[in-house]
Amino acid sequence: MSTPATLPWFAAHEFRLAWRDWLAMTTGGRKVRTVVLVLMLGVFYLGLHLLANVLLAPWVSEGIVIDKATLVMVTGTGFLFWTVMLSQALESVTRAYYARSDLDLILSSPASSASVFAVRTAATALATVLLACLLASPIINVLIAYEGPKWLAAYGVLAGFGALAAAISVLVTVGLFRSIGPARTRLIAQIIAGIVGAGFVIGIQAVAILSFGNMNRFSVLQSPEFVAAAPDLTNPLWLPARAAMGDLGAMLFVLALGLGALALVIRATSGSFAQHAIAAAGVSAARVQQSAATRPFRQASQRHALRVKEWRLLLRDPWLLSQTLMQILYLFPPALFLWVSYGQSAGTYVVVIPVIVMAAGQLAGGLSWLAISGEDAHDLVVTAPIHPRAVLTAKIEAVLCSIGVVFAPILLCVAIASWELAWITALFVAISTGSATAIQLWFRVPMRRAMFRRRQVASRTATISEALSSIMWAGAAVLAAGNQWLAALPAALAIIVLVVAWVLSPKGKRV
Amino acid sequence: MPSPDFALDISGLRKSFDRPVVIDLELKVKAGEFYALLGPNGAGKTTILRMVAGLLKPDAGAISVYGIDTAKDPIAAKSIVAWVSDEPMVYDRLTPLEYLEFVAGLWRIDAREAERHSNELVDWLGLRPHANERCGGFSKGMLQKVALAGALVHNPRLIILDEPLTGLDAGSARQVKDVLKQKVAAGITVIMTTHILEVAERMAERIGVINHGRLVAEGTLAELRARIGRETTLEEIFLDLVAQKEADLAAVA
Repeated sequence: MSTPATLPWFAAHEFRLAWRDWLAMTTGGRKVRTVVLVLMLGVFYLGLHLLANVLLAPWVSEGIVIDKATLVMVTGTGFLFWTVMLSQALESVTRAYYARSDLDLILSSPASSASVFAVRTAATALATVLLACLLASPIINVLIAYEGPKWLAAYGVLAGFGALAAAISVLVTVGLFRSIGPARTRLIAQIIAGIVGAGFVIGIQAVAILSFGNMNRFSVLQSPEFVAAAPDLTNPLWLPARAAMGDLGAMLFVLALGLGALALVIRATSGSFAQHAIAAAGVSAARVQQSAATRPFRQASQRHALRVKEWRLLLRDPWLLSQTLMQILYLFPPALFLWVSYGQSAGTYVVVIPVIVMAAGQLAGGLSWLAISGEDAHDLVVTAPIHPRAVLTAKIEAVLCSIGVVFAPILLCVAIASWELAWITALFVAISTGSATAIQLWFRVPMRRAMFRRRQVASRTATISEALSSIMWAGAAVLAAGNQWLAALPAALAIIVLVVAWVLSPKGKRV
Repeated sequence: MPSPDFALDISGLRKSFDRPVVIDLELKVKAGEFYALLGPNGAGKTTILRMVAGLLKPDAGAISVYGIDTAKDPIAAKSIVAWVSDEPMVYDRLTPLEYLEFVAGLWRIDAREAERHSNELVDWLGLRPHANERCGGFSKGMLQKVALAGALVHNPRLIILDEPLTGLDAGSARQVKDVLKQKVAAGITVIMTTHILEVAERMAERIGVINHGRLVAEGTLAELRARIGRETTLEEIFLDLVAQKEADLAAVA
């Protein structure tokens, strides 16, 4: 048992909370689910190892030579990985400032807020490293199996870069607090995290697609032109790659650099943590003047009142709106790939159709959750003299209208090129939207809108079904646009996904 | 056959979660009455009121509001009932006036009448300076007043309040109590749960005490005093009745 209010004591407290939160989120407190989860994770982890073996075996079986091509490949892959780590760390650090939970209690206690901050930042770094290790370990373990234990050093490199990502995230967050204030920091940090996480992946994919005509981001890293243009073998740029490949000195340097940077940043910024956390708490207490003059009440039906409420809430929450719209960012690479691969032969608009259909499904899923499950005044709506079905109808109408507003201009652009394609796109946008909305309807659970980030863990079946149905309808759309009867296949698969989702949905517990 | 003379008529009401929470409850509240429902934490008060408001489905029994069976005609029953919970549920990104406009829309109130009444309520509850500010930055007391305004804007005949004074400062609590008194004077029925026994003692015409899901005592303050056989405060009566019930249960066990 450690001494209260010391660093180890706070660390134990944080670890217990994080562990219980994770268990509750993933298993819902049910033992059966825990067993299923452990089994599924085990199978998934084993599958990742098999996949890594298939990918790496041809490369490592001949023996890895430390040349420029190898260093470019390892560095590029590592950098890709690190951008995702940085994105995750940035989100976690921002959350540490904005999450209220026990901060009021701790900040009002005589315990040092600097210790709390140090522990929370270290926890962020640890979580980032653990996730990175989990994802990278199949590759590292396969390399260890083929090449020997020298590859264990890669774990040290991951730890060093995880710490560096956490340190940079703290600096960015504190910088945002100081430059743009607590009211905008969360939104901007969220956008930066999204751009950092997706930006490099999308960028390198875009280069691969435009230069090499495929979506494989490794095409760039493997191209002779790129390798030739890279610095020579003595350049310090390759230090992390050398470290990962078993150079103990380099590994210790990377580890010391990351941990040192994190320690320095914690030391430099921990004093201001309480101040920023209190400022962040003040954001929710800040009064926002809506309009100077009161406008007259408008006569509205019950359903219209509900629709207007949904639209107002959506338009007034830029953070939620950005979370929803960010999903569309990830559709850029497949759009570009389709454009480059088939644009010339089949017509540009034909290849853009599946991306539009998929985006509609994804957007509809997010908006439907906000409207149907994310009801902040659930008691008010349930006690109102309106049939529950009418409430759901109004909320679905609000979602469909929003989707209509977003996609009508895009469909109009398609219509300028071809009316026929516009009709097909509109039809599949409607089907994809309807499918995602139906899934959210079947899996509805009343939650605060602020829980939007957790909607994906609230029901994995809903999340997976939503993604699968969008993909299937997108496939069906592009085949239908090409007048191919094969369109029936993804359409049938989408229907099967919907039927399975409906069967698995918690019918008796819907509210 | 439920009588419209009673604002609330509950018979044989039962509800269980992992254990029985409400057990064969019989409760009648007269129209125009201020009724306080008391009980220790976990006694089942909120569950009873949530079933009356239509937020929970009873396992058995019947509830009628002014003669309307809530199971057979929930829409008609809901149109004359207002529910205010201890956790005010309002939208962070709507202003009080926008919230009231939304509530009026749900209850199908004429827009002009709703606007007039909303402005009256906003003034009455001291919300005028904040009428065009989003509720997101409001204190608990202000949010509770917005929720109360929402409950009153559609002119309900029965107002159900679950711990409405929790977390309110003295001034806000006074405003809420004054509004409730005026509503009762105007013939509206108020049913309220509270842990502030002085409020129940001073405001309620009749008091019901719930413990372990059963109504253990009911009556005016004078009747309750007579029941325990001494002239004392409601607090003493309440503690006595709860202790008596605990002793009965212990004896059965």
